[in-house]
Amino acid sequence: MTVLEIRNVTKRFGSLVAVRDVSLSVPKGELRAIIGPNGAGKTTFFNLISGFFPPTAGSIAFDGRDITQLPAHRRVTLGMARTFQITEIFPELTVLENVRIGVEVASGYRLRPWISAAERARVHHRVEELLKLTGLTASSGRLVGELAHGHQRAAEIAMALALRPHLLLLDEPTAGMGDQETYEITQLIARLHREEKFTIVLIEHDMRVVFHLADRITVLDQGSLLAEGTPQEIAANEAVQAAYLGQAA
Amino acid sequence: MSAEQARRLVVLAAIWIVLLLAPFWMAPLGGYTALATRVLVLGLAAMSVNFLLGFTGVLSFGHAAYFGLGAYGAGLTLKYLALSTPLSLLLGMLLGGVAGAILGALIVRRRGVYFAMVTIAFGQVFYYIAFQWSSLTGGDDGLRGFSRQPLDLGFVRVDILSSANNFYYFVLVCFALAVAVMGFILRSPYGRTMIAIRENERRARFLGIPVERHIWIAFTLSCFFMGFAGALYALVNNFADPRGLHYSQSGDFVMMAVMGGMRNFWGPLLGAAVFVILQDYLSSVTINWMSFVGMLFVLVVLFFPRGLLGVVGGRGRA
Repeated sequence: MTVLEIRNVTKRFGSLVAVRDVSLSVPKGELRAIIGPNGAGKTTFFNLISGFFPPTAGSIAFDGRDITQLPAHRRVTLGMARTFQITEIFPELTVLENVRIGVEVASGYRLRPWISAAERARVHHRVEELLKLTGLTASSGRLVGELAHGHQRAAEIAMALALRPHLLLLDEPTAGMGDQETYEITQLIARLHREEKFTIVLIEHDMRVVFHLADRITVLDQGSLLAEGTPQEIAANEAVQAAYLGQAA
Repeated sequence: MSAEQARRLVVLAAIWIVLLLAPFWMAPLGGYTALATRVLVLGLAAMSVNFLLGFTGVLSFGHAAYFGLGAYGAGLTLKYLALSTPLSLLLGMLLGGVAGAILGALIVRRRGVYFAMVTIAFGQVFYYIAFQWSSLTGGDDGLRGFSRQPLDLGFVRVDILSSANNFYYFVLVCFALAVAVMGFILRSPYGRTMIAIRENERRARFLGIPVERHIWIAFTLSCFFMGFAGALYALVNNFADPRGLHYSQSGDFVMMAVMGGMRNFWGPLLGAAVFVILQDYLSSVTINWMSFVGMLFVLVVLFFPRGLLGVVGGRGRA
């Protein structure tokens, strides 16, 4: 079953073509990495998927449903959750409060003036579950803004998971992290993919992370699709090597 | 019970004891009960502004319009419709709230400075209507010829017109009800989405919260509270003044909220107390009293950026 089906999307900003005629199909349970040199259009492509803005041309289907024109928050309610390159959290709230907001919204309580004791207990249970999954139980009472970068990212992922997403979009999950933090986040993503069976699409610069995690890799270059395949195929692909070497030279 | 909860309970008890005993300690300190009544009403208005500013992160610079509408709503009810204090409060609140709901729908897509500018513009529209429509509103002279009515509780009639203490306690009950509802909303799942929007609008949106709709609800609720405060204010003075809708009045409310501490639920009440008491005292000494209030405001913003209560309130949440 295909979770995400993107057909021939193009995004123009004035005369600049940021994404040109890219297609992509992600089946359920796959971890897909999107890579490419700087300016390849990865982030624009990601923003098209999550609904920041609609594409200029082409279509996007999610769980078999056309979502090309749906705004971001509607895509979220359909089961698409994302994290950002620069962590987007609620810095002055505790880890627990951050995740609780996600759980309450996902439970359909966002407009409720009150919730029953039983509902509150269920919310709390789910929050604990998510904190455990992301390794944040020990920091649940601390302000997210005061945590180390890696833990902030884990908290952001926990909030995304609160939505029980069918598709998890991670925009450079290890950006700006040291080796130890990169390792921890990579382990967390691997666990979500292999044990929790989440379908994940991520952008990543760190090739160690990409080749460790990805089932398939999509390579973008100058807004266009350059190659797609398994990590082995991509590693052996001459066009990909040229694009990366060309940039380095 | 955690230390945090215990601390909160003590603060809450202290606030209510101070408010309940105000008529007894105001006089020995050189104040008078009616001053405490004004603090409560303007404090409620500042808390309503802060409901939006401090907890949703949205700055309205035109909230006096809904305050003024509440005042005119109450005054017109007493003058033309029925001699009933509760009905005047209800209709005043409705007028402010409904106007807020309609205009709110037009402005929630704006953000930041643009939002503030549009709220000023709409606020001034109401100011000019009140100013010009003399046959209904009394124009520049304000709306006169009405007064608050005795409360009929079925078994007893309470005189709130001539007894300042009775009226203070009546206003305190109204204040307590409004503040209880406000606190209740802020602790609800909906209230937490407001705080989420304040903290990080983008994250809120990507949790599936329709941000504009939630801001509209917060705006509307805050206008209902504002209308209620305005209706009470008409009863305080037995008078409704077009200047109550003017944007400078909106600025005063924002100033009270910021001075008291906008991340703190009770901060705006303290801000209102400081403002009203200074105004009362200084305006009898100099006509330039506002410069001194302004100076204090600048000092607070410079040295206590989280407001007077922000210093003691720690994380300062409801």
